[in-house]
Amino acid sequence: MSQTFLDSNELVLNMGPQHPSTHGVLRVILKLDGERVNGTECVIGYLHRGVEKIAENRTYQMFAPYVDRMDYVAAVSNGLGYVLAVERLINVEATPRAQAVRVILTELNRIASHLLWLGTHALDIGAITPLFYTLREREEVLKIFENYCGARLTTHAFRIGGLQYELYDGFEREVNAFCDWFIPKVDEYEELLTNNRIWRERLIGVGILNAADCKRYGVTGPVLRASGVAWDLRKAQPYCGYQNYEFDIPTRQNADTYDRYVVRMEEMRQSVRIVRQAVGAIPDGPIKAKVAKVLKPPVGEAYVSIEAPKGELGYYIVSDGTLNPYRVRVRPPSLINLQALDQMVRGALVADVVAIIGTLDIVLGEIDR
Amino acid sequence: MAAEPWEDELTRALAQQFGSRIERFAAYVGQNFLVAECAAVYDIVEALRDQWQFDYLAELTAVDFPSRPKRFEVIYILYSFARNQRIRVKCSAAEGERPRSVVALHATADWLEREVYDMFGIEFADHPDLRRLLLPEDWQGFPLRRDAGILDMDNRWVQENLGIESGQ
Repeated sequence: MSQTFLDSNELVLNMGPQHPSTHGVLRVILKLDGERVNGTECVIGYLHRGVEKIAENRTYQMFAPYVDRMDYVAAVSNGLGYVLAVERLINVEATPRAQAVRVILTELNRIASHLLWLGTHALDIGAITPLFYTLREREEVLKIFENYCGARLTTHAFRIGGLQYELYDGFEREVNAFCDWFIPKVDEYEELLTNNRIWRERLIGVGILNAADCKRYGVTGPVLRASGVAWDLRKAQPYCGYQNYEFDIPTRQNADTYDRYVVRMEEMRQSVRIVRQAVGAIPDGPIKAKVAKVLKPPVGEAYVSIEAPKGELGYYIVSDGTLNPYRVRVRPPSLINLQALDQMVRGALVADVVAIIGTLDIVLGEIDR
Repeated sequence: MAAEPWEDELTRALAQQFGSRIERFAAYVGQNFLVAECAAVYDIVEALRDQWQFDYLAELTAVDFPSRPKRFEVIYILYSFARNQRIRVKCSAAEGERPRSVVALHATADWLEREVYDMFGIEFADHPDLRRLLLPEDWQGFPLRRDAGILDMDNRWVQENLGIESGQ
């Protein structure tokens, strides 16, 4: 028998880009010692469309629909970040009515994004049932979007200065009905998963990323909050009138995959809380502030970021005083969060890699842009 | 609207520490930034992290201004959880100039610097693994430079790979 037969040799395993658990076209090269992961390398860019370059060749208004195609699961958040950044450059604030509607739609979108995350994350781990439930509930959110602006995913719901469309008749009723109907559904998911033994065994202690590492890697959103840092841009640097709504920032201490699950479940409840307050007090008035049709922001630059479902989503826009932005830089939360993957999977089992990719809640459209 | 001067405890301390290596402190639309010379940025980011609790590098990117003598502007956006404050550090780099990588200070900078290299061709000195991030390894040119036209890129790709006119 050869001497090397029982030696542990490192094995390189390629995962993706066409792998269902990578949630898109992510390629991860795993360095394995048996079942243990010793290192990873992410290969990204398969979905690169040059969005930042396209921006330089479009006017400010023309570029707005493109941002929806980055994080297509949370297109409303993308749109909100972009219009807020442009509004900062031209020193315009959206009208109070527009701000309330923006909050409602953005929070509904957060729920939809978390629902898709929950369904696919559970599916990755082997629980098929939650996916059907979460997509059923997400459908109701998408119907509200469809009734409001005609689109379900890439909504382009907001315009620079406010909104394009007035609310449709029955909007408040539908949103309230959704809130009443949805809260028991979250309890239903929790009944299926939270104390489920398989779910707990697969998640607890897996993919730990503590607060210091989160800051080092710039990881934000639910991942950061699950490590005990109560940081949410809606509270830290409120925009769009978030300071007027009461809600809590859910946090957990163990910084593992299970805690991130708990944080996101609680975030959905908090979003419902915000939506209820906002929909009960939509101010009257115009839906759009006065904005020049030919938009030429003065020379200068601004960085505006919002709390997207996945973390800090920032837009850095440079204006040279012409019709087209000189440079639009997007700070996508998924890209930055994915960078911590290597740290999180080291020492884990191959099966955990799938759980950890799922818990980061990445969208490749946003990573590759 | 024009940039306003920015002065507080932080700027006074930084001005004392770095002297003429920081060219100016300013604020635009309520956002503070400082402009420094490229060689000083690493030290400034380090001082901000260790002495002023700016422990989160939110963003690192670049802008190309071909008409300037130093064409690239590299931008570091830092945030402090303790102070709930943002600060932007900007520096100008000439073609071929190699700003020192801040990966040793903020692990986030790894992919962000790779992306800047990928898109602008700015090389960061001491970066552990400076390769293209989003584009294929054999890609020619740097698309986010202002002189890289989208039609030229399209024509070249179609001709090289399909052997036909692109029709754009």
